[in-house]
Amino acid sequence: MKTVKPPRVTDTTLRDGSHAMRHQFTREQVRAIVAALDEAGVPVIEVTHGDGLAGSSIQYGFSGTNELDLIEEAAKTAKQAKIAALLLPGIGTRKELAAAIERGITVVRIATQCTEADISEQHFGMAKEMGLETVGFLMMAHMRPPEFLAEQAALMESYGADCVYIVDSAGAMLPDDVRRRVAALKERLSIQVGFHAHNNLGLAIGNTLAAIEEGADQVDGCLRGLGAGAGNAATELIAAVLDKMGLNPGLDVFKLMDAAEYVVAPIMPYQPIPDRDAITIGYAGVYSTFLLHARHIAAEFGLDPREILVELGRRQAVAGQEDWILDVALDIVRAKRAAGGAGDAREPAAAERPAD
Amino acid sequence: MYKLLRNPGHMELAMFAGIDPQSEGIARAKKLGVPTSHEGIATILADPEIRIVFDATSAKAHVRHAKLLREAGKIAIDLTPAARGPYVVPPVNLGAHLDKDNVNLITCGGQATIPLVSAVRRVVPVRYAEIVSTVASRSAGPGTRQNIDEFTFTTAHGLEAIGGAEQGKAIIILNPAEPPIIMRNTVYVIPATEDYDEAAIVASVDQMVAEVQQYVPGYRLKDAPVFDRRRTPWGERTVIAMLLEVEGAGDFLPPYSGNLDIMTAAAWRVGELFAQHLLGIRQEVAA
Repeated sequence: MKTVKPPRVTDTTLRDGSHAMRHQFTREQVRAIVAALDEAGVPVIEVTHGDGLAGSSIQYGFSGTNELDLIEEAAKTAKQAKIAALLLPGIGTRKELAAAIERGITVVRIATQCTEADISEQHFGMAKEMGLETVGFLMMAHMRPPEFLAEQAALMESYGADCVYIVDSAGAMLPDDVRRRVAALKERLSIQVGFHAHNNLGLAIGNTLAAIEEGADQVDGCLRGLGAGAGNAATELIAAVLDKMGLNPGLDVFKLMDAAEYVVAPIMPYQPIPDRDAITIGYAGVYSTFLLHARHIAAEFGLDPREILVELGRRQAVAGQEDWILDVALDIVRAKRAAGGAGDAREPAAAERPAD
Repeated sequence: MYKLLRNPGHMELAMFAGIDPQSEGIARAKKLGVPTSHEGIATILADPEIRIVFDATSAKAHVRHAKLLREAGKIAIDLTPAARGPYVVPPVNLGAHLDKDNVNLITCGGQATIPLVSAVRRVVPVRYAEIVSTVASRSAGPGTRQNIDEFTFTTAHGLEAIGGAEQGKAIIILNPAEPPIIMRNTVYVIPATEDYDEAAIVASVDQMVAEVQQYVPGYRLKDAPVFDRRRTPWGERTVIAMLLEVEGAGDFLPPYSGNLDIMTAAAWRVGELFAQHLLGIRQEVAA
């Protein structure tokens, strides 16, 4: 049952990378990145606010340009690639899904916390009715064992998913964690299985390979690894490695390297790497997108972002709970005051403030 | 049912009706000595003594019930998303709707957060209100799960229609942590102008929290409102963030499910005010 084959690669620079870009991608940037990916043979390109359709908010950060306009730009630019959007039920709804379909997506990826697959039924239903290709995302999949995830994935299959991903949203998995989870889904489902990595522990490319070796049909990448936390597996790196393994699904390795080097690198606000705070995210097992928000709040209250991140892990915060960062910071400040001293609250904000 | 038995106020629990004679709810009601029926709405319609009906069935069923109850001259307090009557949040706008025969309780997130938006609104106009409701996975039943879009639409609409925000947005998150988390809500408000008195907002919010606590004792703000500068579509603006916790009374449901408790507590409150109104008692709160 374990067949290692060239996986389909979805590039999500324009969705997961939206976090690192503080949701400020412009039409021009989308056009340039989609043109480069399309030319290099990438079959699916995801374009959405980092937190999915309707993610533009105080909670997650407002979009600089309406994501529907960016989707439309991508759909107009792509010659062969399909355009995908991400949807998190509870944030986005069928209303935004319908609007995204109108603007040109043909694939939707529907993401839930890995324990809550049953909130996605109406969205899969509508997507299939509208003739879309559908992918299910089980986020924060490090939090539950393989058999449990297989049950949740089976629910998504029953709702109409064409593929279900193990999503390592926290970049917390070790290669063996990935293997066991992908294998459990391969065993249980009759549809495709995918894997989405984050590089918080420096394992994004290794974990992606582990998934492919377990028979994963689809994997994700971002040019230059531009994504939340320490970023994702770099698309150009996946292409180079697959090519060396004799598993290249039709990607132009040099064109992807050029896209990373000349199109994405110049517009990145920073190169995501497993630095102190990102490693903490992987280590504590919290949502990668907490990175910039935790830094912002920590600077404002004179705290170490790691204190906040570790406590969020302890509280079992899940995908999308950015509001708990402020809550935890206030609790830490209160505890410190009660203990009589250190870190008085409300130190002036640091000069460079993330725009959430 | 448990709230009505514990504190009937000016009401008397006359009937507990369902459609499944084997249901756990009917069995519990019987055990507590409450008259029951498994013939659904029919028994209720046939009893002229019943004036107020709490409908916790489904949106689809309530559409049918709303018409029947109206024809029978009964007041319907709708806990489903059907919304055949106006939305009500007891301390905000119930006073204006005591002449109606059908009112809707929006959503648990709406009951929890709209009072706070309204508290800001009575000090300064609100350009934008956004709420994030986080509930324990165990307290989200199949109805919520299968209709999660309706939660966001309905709550966002309530933030506008009742909370007074020019634009509302609602997000719901289910958290599977064990032990289960107590219901949490974060309310973000962007006032329409930057010219307002922060102390007046804090005072108004405190007062509103006290009003809600009258019927939901576990309703509390974790901290004073936080005033934070953020990048917004209207330029860099002060965002007011309010972190709210709703702990259930534990009458029947576990205390973490504040989301369920605030709905039943609001329903009780609405029922009580209608009962007082029917009895010609002067309203104890003016909203």
